[in-house]
Amino acid sequence: MTTFSHLLQRQVTENPERISVTLQQSGADDLPLTYRSLYEGAISYFNTYQREGIQPGDVVVLIFQHGRDLIHSYWGAVFLGAIPSVLPFLTEKLSPERYQADLASLISITRPAAIVTYREFEANVRGALREGDSVRALICSDAIETTSAAAWDALPGLRRSPDDVALLQHSSGSTGLQKGVALSHRAVINQLETYGRSLGLNREDVIVSWLPLYHDMGLIAGFLMPILFGVPLVLQSPFDWIGAPYILPQAVSRHKGTLTWLPNFAYNFCAQKIRDRHLADVDLSSWRAVINCSEPVKKDSHQAFYERFKNFGLRPTAMQTCYAMAENVFAVTQSDLAAEPVHEAVDRESFFFERVARLAYDGRPAITLMSSGKPLESVKVRILNERGHDVAERTVGEIALQSDCMLTGYYNRPEVTEKAFLDGWYLTGDFGYLANGELFVTGRKKDMIIVGGKNIYPQDLEALVSETPGVHAGRVVAFGVFDESAGTEEVVIVAEVEAEDPAQRQEIGEAVRLMVSKNTAVVPRQVYLVGPKWIVKTSSGKVARSANREKYLKEIQAK
Amino acid sequence: MDETIYQQLAKYIAVDILKQPDRVIAKDEPLISSGLIDSFNRIDLSLFIEDNFGVVIDDKELKAETLDTLEKFIALILARRK
Repeated sequence: MTTFSHLLQRQVTENPERISVTLQQSGADDLPLTYRSLYEGAISYFNTYQREGIQPGDVVVLIFQHGRDLIHSYWGAVFLGAIPSVLPFLTEKLSPERYQADLASLISITRPAAIVTYREFEANVRGALREGDSVRALICSDAIETTSAAAWDALPGLRRSPDDVALLQHSSGSTGLQKGVALSHRAVINQLETYGRSLGLNREDVIVSWLPLYHDMGLIAGFLMPILFGVPLVLQSPFDWIGAPYILPQAVSRHKGTLTWLPNFAYNFCAQKIRDRHLADVDLSSWRAVINCSEPVKKDSHQAFYERFKNFGLRPTAMQTCYAMAENVFAVTQSDLAAEPVHEAVDRESFFFERVARLAYDGRPAITLMSSGKPLESVKVRILNERGHDVAERTVGEIALQSDCMLTGYYNRPEVTEKAFLDGWYLTGDFGYLANGELFVTGRKKDMIIVGGKNIYPQDLEALVSETPGVHAGRVVAFGVFDESAGTEEVVIVAEVEAEDPAQRQEIGEAVRLMVSKNTAVVPRQVYLVGPKWIVKTSSGKVARSANREKYLKEIQAK
Repeated sequence: MDETIYQQLAKYIAVDILKQPDRVIAKDEPLISSGLIDSFNRIDLSLFIEDNFGVVIDDKELKAETLDTLEKFIALILARRK
């Protein structure tokens, strides 16, 4: 058994001149980084960490855009035997005050020893530091000195145990940032080996990714797996991609990319927003899998993507699916890359009222569901009812799993970790059913909203909106509504207000929107203002999100 | 002429992007720096301009520092159409 440092050492010593990462940045030439340069850059960070007194086992928080500093600071922390955790960068939409408050709360729970960022961003990080907190060093990238290479046996990272925590992963928002998923070297490497086998990953592959590294899909599939396994990675910035989605097919064509992971909305986004003038001479025939993961997978999205790019060499079997979560390192299931993912039409009535996915019959109304594939060979999946008992094939229940790549725990949150398991089975909070070994993910038990692959906790939004002047505090509900055209969920906020004057209501609505976007970087699709006593609460006084969602949908339809 | 462009752009943003048909967008109102147009919608706005006015806006130009208000969009459209 081995650790990240051992795997990287092997790549660096066996193939020093092989290109590991090709960095693409808007307006700049492609920047190829060999394993040797990756190692040298990492050693410069390693030496700085050591000089600053950072110890093996300490958490090091990294706040960078995609670029050399992010890569070098990550592997520098690995060589030290420290625990890297990548956090999102501040966007222009989010208020610096909120960013600092969230960061301060993360620091109080995760207790990092160091935070590493750009000099321009230093003030933002300082704003999150508190007297007596755990942060001993705030390191800026311009203070890193190029140093000569260290001897391998001087690297404490090579003396870590496979069961030591290798990294932390956080999801977004005030709630998400307080739950850092801690993963051991053993868990991550087990996942990479099993998942790599299921993909038939080989040295001819080229992974192309714009996914952020603070998200499991980007970090595992679009960073750790290629670098540790010697598969070339073309790494783009999410900020560049969102403004110019054509950079993805262009990079696949230029670098003969074979594998890419995308959240569902990105299929619609690419299909709708890339123009022919950006596809001149583009050849996508090398693309063997574009894997749909991290939000509900939709057949329509695959179809739209295929139609858009089929004349550019895209193969019909390239669109694939996966079900994944940070708590299992990444993939739970993967569709068979040799064929199109299984999809089926199920009887609508039985599905919604009996929670059974019966194949459609007699021309009755049906809905189309697409499988996320079969569980990886090392992952066991069960479907449970409310009492924690297994349900029959094709019956919808909560997805539970067991594997050799589970999280060590939520970092410094033993009570949260304990609640996540039932008799040794991790409860995912997602609903789904099994049919012929294929897992169909059908919904969510937890109230989380997934917007463009990003997890949003409604309680964060509700707390914010409650603070908006004119809104009845505590009488607010937030939920997601699926948008067919965008291929993702969008946030709807319902808030009770006393005001009846339309101008005044418009002002409150505007203030709610601003409150949400400045504090969460998510723009609500609709702010629906209602009169007193509209919102449905449970007998215990809690906001019943699904009941309110139903009520909202009915009212909207009636209009 | 620029009044028509203004009306079309303001309507597109209010109806299609913000989904608030009654929302009035002033010519000098900050769009990007204020977070009104988020990163997902920036490309929609540039494709709308390309389709309706035949003017191509490069993604590198679409930032708060260069194009933050409808005034600036209108000026750019008029300049490029000449």
